[in-house]
Formats: sequence, structure tokens, C-alpha cells
Amino acid sequence: MATEILMPALSPTMEEGKLAKWLVKEGDNVQSGDVIAEIETDKATMEVEAVDEGTLAKILIEEGTEGVKVNTPIAVIAEEGEEVSAEAPSGAPVEAAAPPSATAPVSSPEPAPAAPAVMAAAEPELSPNTESASMTVREALRDAMAEEMRRDGDVFLMGEEVAQYQGAYKVSQGLLDEFGERRVIDTPITEHGFCGIGVGAALGGLKPIVEFMTWNFAMQAIDHIINSAAKTLYMSGGQMGCPIVFRGANGAAARVAAQHSQCYSAWYAHVPGLKVIAPYTASDAKGLLKAAIRDPNPVVFLENEILYGQSFDVPKDDDWVLPIGKAKVAREGSDVTLVSFSRGMAYTLEAAEVLAGEGIEAEVIDLRSLRPLDMPTIIESVKKTNRIVTVEEAWPVCSIGSEICASVARDAFDFLDAPPTQVTGADVPMPYAANLEALALPTAGQVADAARAVCYAK
Amino acid sequence: MTVSEEHAAKTQVGEDIMSIVETAGSNSSVPDFNAEQERHAYREMLLIRRFEEKAGQLYGMGFIGGFCHLYIGQEAVVTGMQMAIKKGDQLITTYRDHGHMLSAGMDPKGVMAELTGRASGYSHGKGGSMHMFSVEANFYGGHGIVGASTPLGSGLAFANKYRGNDNVCLSYFGDGSANQGQVYEAFNMAKLWSLPVIYIIENNKYAMGTSIDRSSSTTDLSQRGVSFDIPGEQVDGMDVRAVKAAGDKAVARAREGKGPYILEMLTYRYRGHSMSDPAKYRTKEEVQKMRSEHDPIEQVRARLLDKGLADEDELKLIDKEVRAIVSEAAEYAQNAPEPEASELYTDILKES
Ligand SMILES: Cc1ncc(C[n+]2csc(CCOP(=O)(O)OP(=O)(O)O)c2C)c(N)n1
Ligand SMILES: [Mg+2]
Repeated sequence: MATEILMPALSPTMEEGKLAKWLVKEGDNVQSGDVIAEIETDKATMEVEAVDEGTLAKILIEEGTEGVKVNTPIAVIAEEGEEVSAEAPSGAPVEAAAPPSATAPVSSPEPAPAAPAVMAAAEPELSPNTESASMTVREALRDAMAEEMRRDGDVFLMGEEVAQYQGAYKVSQGLLDEFGERRVIDTPITEHGFCGIGVGAALGGLKPIVEFMTWNFAMQAIDHIINSAAKTLYMSGGQMGCPIVFRGANGAAARVAAQHSQCYSAWYAHVPGLKVIAPYTASDAKGLLKAAIRDPNPVVFLENEILYGQSFDVPKDDDWVLPIGKAKVAREGSDVTLVSFSRGMAYTLEAAEVLAGEGIEAEVIDLRSLRPLDMPTIIESVKKTNRIVTVEEAWPVCSIGSEICASVARDAFDFLDAPPTQVTGADVPMPYAANLEALALPTAGQVADAARAVCYAK
Repeated sequence: MTVSEEHAAKTQVGEDIMSIVETAGSNSSVPDFNAEQERHAYREMLLIRRFEEKAGQLYGMGFIGGFCHLYIGQEAVVTGMQMAIKKGDQLITTYRDHGHMLSAGMDPKGVMAELTGRASGYSHGKGGSMHMFSVEANFYGGHGIVGASTPLGSGLAFANKYRGNDNVCLSYFGDGSANQGQVYEAFNMAKLWSLPVIYIIENNKYAMGTSIDRSSSTTDLSQRGVSFDIPGEQVDGMDVRAVKAAGDKAVARAREGKGPYILEMLTYRYRGHSMSDPAKYRTKEEVQKMRSEHDPIEQVRARLLDKGLADEDELKLIDKEVRAIVSEAAEYAQNAPEPEASELYTDILKES
């Protein structure tokens, strides 16, 4: 059977080219792999190799011809001993060959489907006799890991100083003793490498907890968090999951300056394929870390060094697992909605207390999860209060607050009585000097001022 | 002559390669294959070659888009390594992955359909040439980021060790990748923790347009593990027997718990880096010399005929069978339906 050789596309963007030179002539025998012609594309001169073998029966496009459209027959190859009829194709582009423009969805008027709505599970019901105990966020995180490691032999912890040193911030205290060095693993100081090893182990079916001493250092590993962990399920058509938790201290600590004081909330919340959690209380830290470890997806868990030592009541329940993606109304109110997360909650709750003294009842929402972001809870609150102030320590540009304000403006526009407003960290690298550092972080006073402003109170 | 052409003429990488290939593969010492192994290797390599030629053609016709990196010339590497492993061992590589998938036993139709972006492709049309996976075949991708497959492969090996099974991970990467920092981070931990991983550096002499001499302060990549006490050797990656022999040794070692090993496969890609690369950084003579003197498929073919292990007719039959498989895959991949629009938002997260 005679086979046509078509003008090939030789780059992702090529539509036509010049047939610069034939390197074979009619009657020549060609093998697959033989270079038969040279073609000039918009970018370069490329060689064309034969794919089929046989005799070059006819050249349809003479060398030197410019503007030959992709998929135009340029020659005919006949099998050994075969005659080629004279009415060989004339050199018009072959429509039947169905280049992608004819079949590809890009040109079809198919409507893009809407992104599915995110529904978080409800908060677990605690039986009324469940006791609680006061514990620090640090202890809550440790207990969450220990309980999950007892429950599932595939869960292990790796990171710098997590084992013998018991954690740079003592979060993994006691874990080496209980679980041994097979499951509590000190790594060298090579974030990119050990994060990749953790992700590989997760692709292989284990459930690693990768601790970053702080999230600042995870910048060396962000490639594996995003490119290898977050995207693989999608790129594999749903075959290959990556059940892994990346956790560590995020945001400003105290007086450690620019390279040790960045909040990565918006960076990771931006990424489809990740879940992102940033708890405030010890109870949420425990319930959400347990949920993160059980979750079959990559979860970024943003802790806060200053909160590690703070104490909160935590239910005494081995199955205290909270839903990821569900915000919590930390204080009810009807005059203004204040939304925050992680350490920002401390200023926000303090501001709400002050405002209450002035007769302004603020509703305070603790996001807890940043992806998925519980917009329904926020919108519900704004419908009631008609005002919103977001509070966070991160930089203002493209922040979690920016995202929330944009969504509220779009989805609750008719309910707003004042512009959605943000309180954020200053748009500067974190300074060292104590006075400048204080100026770079939001305060309860700023939050209260912003709330008064949207309430048009003085 | 442009500066770059001048450089290509001057470096003449071809000469070095040849001498390395020849010394590495002082091939007289390479154990022979029996008839069945020769025939198997011939068929496997031919399948990759024909598949890749067809992929190139479909790219030319616009059926395959984006970046498409062909494996033509390097077939002996995956074929020989595949002959050295057992079921349960894992594979992971870079974007130049079609050969690895075919040799792992993945269905050519599913691979080709992924190249054309169809719903029945291995990644349901969401991954394309550079990002394909098969849990069933223990093929862990298909990674588009240079260097990423090395720690990821070490992590798969970590999982083997953690579970206490005797599986080994083959972690493939290129000569260009071998300069990535994360590769050395992974080497360090793999040795420290004695992980069952074989690092297979497919040294095809070029990273896109940069020859190894222009990118690497030391060019014997088999010695890149010295600082970590990881042994390694250079292997004639154009001789499938040499690859298998080296693979057997390294795999056995790793399986016994002796930790990582580096196999630097001296190989060569005949085509450009990707479909749109005119490959002006090397001379035609260099390519021609590798093709005519070291072609991995021709070597097996010659041995089969010389030793009377097969005759022309038998080989023709294999050729025909392979062509039929590839044609069927191409036919299938051009006609299979594209993913439904509703697939846009699936496979982002797993249901908890
Ligand atoms: C981190 C990163 N940088 C750059 C690229 C672009 N890129 C893709 S392949 C390549 C060359 C890699 O060469 P090599 O490792 O020798 O593998 P080969 O292509 O020869 O198989 C480059 C620079 C990339 N994919 N990832
Ligand atoms: Mg290379």
C-alpha cells in the first residue's frame, strides 16, 4: 500500500514551513529513520526522517517551496515492487487526517464545567460527658501524631532534629522513645531532598509526616510539595495518590527577622491538589492534625511558634478528628464579621472584647482551614452583620484576606454596608529592631479600628 | 560557521563517547545472551523504536502536542534493566519516559492515547507525554522536573525498606539531571539509610543543547557517588547484554540490603532533545557514527543472524508483529475520544 508523507509540524506552534531540500530522489529506497528532507520552520531548519520504508515513488512538493501547510502530502512511499498510480494526491492539505484543530476541544464550543462546591463534614458531636484537659498546642500536636502512629503503622515522622533532639521546638517530644528510629527519623539538613524522599514514600503508599523546622526552609522543597505531591493525582488521571502531611512553624516568631518570619498561607492556599490548615487553638491543632494524617491527600499544616506554648482545653477523646475545610464561629455577634486564623485569632478575639465594651458585637470566625476555604460560613455571617474585616499576619498583596474580600464583594455584594477591609502585616520584609517588628505586625488596636471604621463608629 | 556550529565541530563529543563506550564495554567480557534473551531484547527494543518513530510522525501531524521527547537510540538501557528486575520492583524516570513504560509492560495503546490526549490514555489525557503513571506496572512516572525523580525514587526505596520487602527501585535520570543539588541530597540519605535504589544515569551526552563537557566539572558520572561512598560503574548502554549484566549485579546487591548503586549508562539519543530541536549543537557525523557503529538494535540483529539464532524471515516476522502493534496503537490513539469536559475538575483531591 502506498503511504503519503505529510508536511510535519516540527514545533508546538508551527503551521507552515518551507520545504528547503530533498535529500532523496524518486526511485530511492528509504528505511525508517533515514533523513529524507530538510524543512525550515518559523524557528529552525529541521530534518525529516522517514517513518515507513519502501521506495520513494513520487515527490509532490518541489524543494524550495515556501508556505507549505502542515499535513500537506509532500511525497509518496510505495512498498517494494508496488506501482503508484499517476493520480497521486495533488499537494492540498489532507482534511481527513484530522489534525487536532479538527478534533481538539479547544475549538469546540463545549461550556467549561463549573468548579464543584466544597462541602466539609460537620463538626463531630461530643458526648456531653466527654472531659477536657488543658494542654499546650505543642502537646496537642505531639499527641495527635502519637495517636495516629499507634493507630496506623504506615505513619512515620521525618525531619531535622525530630528524633534524638525531640524536635527543634520540642513538638516531637517522646516520639522516638515510643516508636523507635524506624518511624521517627532524623534527616540531614537537606529540605529539597528529604521532602522528595517523603513524597516518594507517600507515592509508594506510606503516610509520612514531614516536619520542616520552619516553613521558611521549605522554600527549598516547595518544588516537591507542589510539583510532585499536589499535582500527581491529577497528572496520573486519579491513579496515584500522595497521602502526606507537611508540617512546621509558620509566620513570624519573635525577633528572628526577615528570613525566619514569613507567613506562607497564601502561597500554599493557591495550589489545587493541596489542603492547607492553620489552626489557632490546641483542640483544633489536635483534631485537624489527626484529620490531616488520615487524609489521603497532601496536606500543608501551618503551625505557629508563639502559639506552641499556649494552653487551651482539649477534649479527652482518642478520636478527636475535626473536618478539614470547616471554619469555626469563635464568638457570635451581629454587628461586624471578623475573620482570621492562626495567631491572628489572638488579636482578633482581643479586639472583639474591646469592641463589646463599646457596644459593637463582633462575630469572630476562625478559618482553621485555608484550603478548602469555608466561604459559606463567612458569607452566612456577612449576610447577618453586613460588614467584614479580615485579619492576618501575612503580607497584604494576594493574601488570604484579599481572596476573602474579593469573594464577599462578589457573592454578598448586596448585603454589604461597608467596603470589605483587610488588616495585615506591613508590606515589608520582617525587620529585626523590636520597635520596627511591632510596627510590621497587626495589633488588636488596628483590628478594633478597622471594625469601628466599617461600623461607621468613631 | 556560526559560533555554535563551530563549537559543535570543535567539541566532537562523538570521539569521546566512542572511546568510553569502547573501554566501558570491552564487550568481549560481556556475558552472552541465549537465543531467547536475544530475541526478547530485539523485540522489546524494536517496539520502542517503532513506537517512538510513530509518535514522532503523529507529532508531525499535530496529533501530539507540547513537548515530546523521544527515546530512539537509548532502547538498550531500559530493555536490559527490565531484564534484571522482578515483579514488584519500581521504576521512576523523567519526561523521556515512553521507552520505560513500554518495557514495563504498559499497553502501547494506553501510552499512545495519552500522547494524543485521550480519555483512555494512562492519565486520562491529563498528563501527556511527560507525566504518565501506572500503579499496576509499578511505574511511578513520568516527571517533568529535572532531578525530581531521584529523591522520589529514593523515597520509593525507603518505602520498600520500611515495609521490609525485598523490592528495589530503579531511579532513572539524565546526565543533565546529574548536576542537580537534590540528586546529591538523595544520594546522601540513600547511603546513610542503605536504601534499595539503583541510580541509572542515562548519559546521552547532552542536556538539551549543552554537551556534558560544557556542563559538568567531572564527566565520569559513575563516580558522582564517591563522596557518599556509593559505588558506581560506567556501562556500555548501547549493548543490552552489558546493561543487563551490570543491572543484575546492582540489583542483587540492593536486594541483599547493601544499599544504593550508580550505573552510568553511556548512551546516545539520535533525535533532537524534543520534537522541535534541530540539534545544531552536534555534528551529523557524530550522530551517524553512533547510529552506524553502535546501534543497540542492529547489534542484537547482527548477533542473531551471525550466530544462526534466527534467520531473516523470523526477524521480518518480528518486525511485522511490532509494526502491527504500533499501527494499532496509533490508530486507536487518533480515534479514541477526548476526555469529557466534566473531567476538568476530577482527580484533584481523593475523597477522604
Ligand atoms: C528543574 C528544571 N529545569 C529545567 C528544565 C527544562 N529541561 C527539560 S529537559 C532539560 C535537559 C535535561 O537533560 P538530561 O538530564 O541530560 O536528560 P535528557 O533530556 O538528555 O534525557 C531541561 C533543561 C526542567 N524540565 N526542569
Ligand atoms: Mg542527557
